[in-house]
Amino acid sequence: MLAIAIEERLVYRGDFALGTLMRFLPIVTQVFLWTAVFSATSRGDIAGYSRNDIVAYYLLTMLSRAFSSMPGLAGGIARSIRDGSIKKFLVQPVDYVAFLLATRVAHKLVYYVVAAIPFAVVFFLCRGFFPPAPDAATVAAFLLSLVLSFLLGFFMEATLGMLGFWFMEVSSIVFGYMLVQYLLSGHMFPIDMLAGIPSGLPGTTLADVVTWLPFQFTAFFPAAVWLGKVQGGELVRLLVLEVAWVVVMVVACRVAWARGTRRYSGFGG
Amino acid sequence: MIRYLSILGTFVRACLVRDMTFRANFLLECLTSLGWMSMNLAFYLLIFTFTPEIGRGTGWTREPFFAFVATGLIINSIVQALFMPSAEELTEMVRTGGLDAVLVKPLDAQFLLSLHRFDFSALANGIVGLVLLAWAVSRFDAPPPPVAWAVYPLLILCGVAILYALVIMLAAATILMGRNQSLYDFWFYLTNFSRYPAEIYAGPWGGPLRALCTFVIPILLVVNVPARVIAQPFSSEIWGPVAGMVGAALAALAVSRIVFQRSLARYRSASS
Repeated sequence: MLAIAIEERLVYRGDFALGTLMRFLPIVTQVFLWTAVFSATSRGDIAGYSRNDIVAYYLLTMLSRAFSSMPGLAGGIARSIRDGSIKKFLVQPVDYVAFLLATRVAHKLVYYVVAAIPFAVVFFLCRGFFPPAPDAATVAAFLLSLVLSFLLGFFMEATLGMLGFWFMEVSSIVFGYMLVQYLLSGHMFPIDMLAGIPSGLPGTTLADVVTWLPFQFTAFFPAAVWLGKVQGGELVRLLVLEVAWVVVMVVACRVAWARGTRRYSGFGG
Repeated sequence: MIRYLSILGTFVRACLVRDMTFRANFLLECLTSLGWMSMNLAFYLLIFTFTPEIGRGTGWTREPFFAFVATGLIINSIVQALFMPSAEELTEMVRTGGLDAVLVKPLDAQFLLSLHRFDFSALANGIVGLVLLAWAVSRFDAPPPPVAWAVYPLLILCGVAILYALVIMLAAATILMGRNQSLYDFWFYLTNFSRYPAEIYAGPWGGPLRALCTFVIPILLVVNVPARVIAQPFSSEIWGPVAGMVGAALAALAVSRIVFQRSLARYRSASS
């Protein structure tokens, strides 16, 4: 499976490297936007982020998104439920979720090998924006948070795809998920910036609420760890929370699969 | 000309009928684009909780900036509704050989290829843009003078023309390369630069980028000039950019026409 994925990717490596580089273009505009924002305000930082921090933050979220984003996963599952190709996993002694996970791991690994070059180039060029490299423990926590974000992203999307057992068309649900994800994961801006906004619940800000949700772990959290925005006990607490969310999503995915396959009926073929 | 207009009318009717046949889907697509847009608006609102202005001394405070965003919404929604669906289909046509059938029709190929399919749900964003514009303008200290209101629609049209020329040239690239799945991606990345006021592109990197996106690919003019006319204090200095934009729009249309014709001439049918 790994071999197939590698072959697939390497055929279009030039195209691919270019595509990866292009993905950094929106960040260029973001950098200019934030630079302009900082030039107009007299403060040196916004929600604890200096301008350089913000640039580094956006670059780091690209990295965490490279781990947590699962393009086409939910849609693919829903499609195979709809067109019936999921049948083969029901009769074969292969676990569907494990199969999907293995495929994703293979794809991601190859992706990192090929994308490493453009990523390295961009990060090297932008090294001036980063604070000095954190200590080994922080790096370890960062790597752990990336692996966890991969698992969390995978099981969230897989569970979403399993909804295809109940709904014929999940694309609108997936879209809604993407919207929420984009806004609350920190892809658009650091979650800390919501700290000044009341959530409506007494005594809590919007940032508090968002921190409890799983989305922030797929973009914001790893970046915040690297930049030293979460440290010590808070870091440990959030890592535990992330593990808890992974477990919740694994269970949800399994339950959805078990319930769904019981509901599912395949004809013909 | 009359013949082309009546054909255009037929296309519009056909697409409206098609959209209205799948009404739920149509509504869903409207909601989709509204969703993305409101998220962006939320982001801008958040930014303005931290700063009074985007860029020191640029004049892009909250209300003018939202007028800028509204202008962008209006222009982009027109392009998305009128031209993008056809351009995307062209990519598919080159691959499948369906382009041959178009070329033998007794009509101008560029007209037929760029205007045969519409996506009316994209206009939802434009309507929100109009509302947003009205809100922003009503809160200005000084309302825009009548002359600004007179020039504004013309500049919107020019913005649409520049973007149309870009779409056509990207589509022409499709014909040449035979495959361009990332047309939409490329479009997204390119127009991304036009989303914010040109003033933010400053400094040793921003200056050249601003020049490139103003004079070579006039993408920065698209939203900036009309937004400036309506949202910034009106002065006679604006006539330079206005003339520049009209010129850029005409030039872009001409160049895109030439590029499109050339690439059609080099098209070799894919079907056997």
